[in-house]
Formats: sequence, structure tokens, C-alpha cells
Amino acid sequence: MSKKVVFFPLLLFLVIVLVFVVQLARNAQGDDPTRLESVLVGKPVPAFRLEDLLIEGKEYDQSLLKGRPLLLNVWATWCPTCYAEHQFLNSLSEQGVVIIGLNYKDDRTQAIDWLNKYGNPYQYSLFDGDGMLGLDLGVYGAPETFFIDAQGVIRYRHVGDINADNWKSTLEPLYEKIEREAKS
Amino acid sequence: MRKIWALMGLLMAFTSSAAIEVYDFDNVRQEQQFHELSHTLRCPKCQNNSIADSNSALAKDLRQKVYLMTKEGQSSDEIKEYMVARYGNFISYDPVFSFSTAILWFGPVLVVLIGGLAIFIRQRKKRLSSAQEQNWSQEEERRLNTLLDDENKGDKH
Repeated sequence: MSKKVVFFPLLLFLVIVLVFVVQLARNAQGDDPTRLESVLVGKPVPAFRLEDLLIEGKEYDQSLLKGRPLLLNVWATWCPTCYAEHQFLNSLSEQGVVIIGLNYKDDRTQAIDWLNKYGNPYQYSLFDGDGMLGLDLGVYGAPETFFIDAQGVIRYRHVGDINADNWKSTLEPLYEKIEREAKS
Repeated sequence: MRKIWALMGLLMAFTSSAAIEVYDFDNVRQEQQFHELSHTLRCPKCQNNSIADSNSALAKDLRQKVYLMTKEGQSSDEIKEYMVARYGNFISYDPVFSFSTAILWFGPVLVVLIGGLAIFIRQRKKRLSSAQEQNWSQEEERRLNTLLDDENKGDKH
């Protein structure tokens, strides 16, 4: 048998090692293999009718999410990562980014206490106690943030916390792009 | 001692019954559909569990949704479509055939084909080379024989 064939398993092994190294390096930079693509990107926000978190009885529907670019932030008091991103959301809100909160499968009074205690970055807060809008949005864990353009179309879904790093590197350029489109 | 064991057994019986969810169905067909769906839908949160296996809050919600839709009389395909529209093909352990899932369906066949082809090519090469060897040795044998004959004659002289 020729020498080339003898080296084939070694070559194959090296290729596999290369694949693993590349993927591990990407994971280290925050690429999570369990992250799922949203099928709703490019589609309008699903229809809903939900109460305001703070004002019982006051209802909103999907038209609330139309008219200007905004972030729809899915959060809950049972979610530690939501706590981690909360201060950053506060600072984004101060910079003028429109954020609408979706309180997902949570205890209402606890959620209100949380906003009073840690500050309220949300222009509006929706209360999704049974998680049905969450289900329609394909939410599989909080926090998730949907980038919605002025037409009410979902442009991007971010899973996990928003922090200064990922905001600067990927999310802010995206938000600015959607803003520019809304102005033109 | 025996009493303590009996008590512990009783306690364990209580906890396990508390974890079981009870669903009422109108007929056996609905129940079968529910069981089939909860075993073929994959939990998006826990990746390698079906929604029947997983105890995560999301899996519970999805089971509940499948149950409600089944009770409403929706077909298995309708429920699958509903889930795929929200969570993508990932949610199905039995993915639909499309361009992006083609590799799942053709991948195994392709591997077998490549393997078969490799074996076939190797066999053919072997046969060719052994046939060449035979040709060579027939010709060579004749030459060898004549050479040997010459040598033998030479010895005699």
C-alpha cells in the first residue's frame, strides 16, 4: 500500500481537531451553540392583547409596537441574567433607546417591586403571565430582546443579556441601521 | 425499623404522584396523538429532551399547548405546523424535507455511497494490479525458463 493512504487517518484526525478548535474559539467569544435562530425574523409581531404590568385593566395590542424602532425586552424576576442586564437597559433608556418590557411568566407584584427597586427602563410594560405571547414569539428563555422596526417587523432576536460589549459590537450598529431606515 | 421504611416508601409514593400531570381526553385517538406529539417535539430549552421528557417550565407550557390544541380537535400536522412557525424546524425530531434539512436526509446515504465507492475502487485496483502481476510472471516465466535452460546446458558443457 502506498504511503499516502497510511497518512490518511492522521490527516482526518487533524481536520477534526481543526474543526473543534475553531468552534471552541468561537464559543469562547460568546457564540453559543444552543442558541436558536428565530423563525420570526422578517415577520410582523404576532397579534396579542395584553394588560399593562403596572395598570391593571389597561390593555394594549400589537399596534403598540409600531411607529418607531424599538427593543422588546422579555424579562422576569426569576431570571438572574435579567438582573445582570437591567442596569445596562436603564442606561440605554437614558440614551433615548425605546425599550418595551414584556414581563414573562412572572409574579405581578414581584415584578412591580423589581421595577420600583432597580429602576424602570421600559416606556411600556406588558404583562404576559401565562407566557402566551412568549410562546408566539418563540421565546425559550429570558432574557430575550427583539429588535422591531417602525413597521412593526421583527428584525433581530438577541438571546441572553445585553451588555456594553455586545451592544457596541453588534447590537448598536443594527439599531442605528433600523433607525436610519425609519427616518428616510 | 420496618415502620420507618414503610413511612419512607409512603412519602416517596406521594412525591412521585405529585410530579405526574393528569390529562383528560375525549377519546383514545386524542390521547395517542398527544403522546406521539409530546415525544416527537423537542424541547427548545433543553436541546436533547423531548417535551415529554423534560421538566422545564417551557416544556410544560408546550405540553399544555399541545394538550389544548389536541382537545380542540386539531390534527397532528396542524399542531406541528404551529410549533415550527414559532420555534423553527429545531423543535421537530422528525424534520420536514426542505433545502436546509436535505443534508439530514441524504447525509447517511451519501456516507454509505462514498464508502461503497471507495471499497469498489480499491477492489478494482487490486484486481488490476494482480492481473498485471500474472501477465508479468507469465512472460517472465518463459524468459526465466529459457535462461535456466541455457544455464543448465552451460553446466553440462
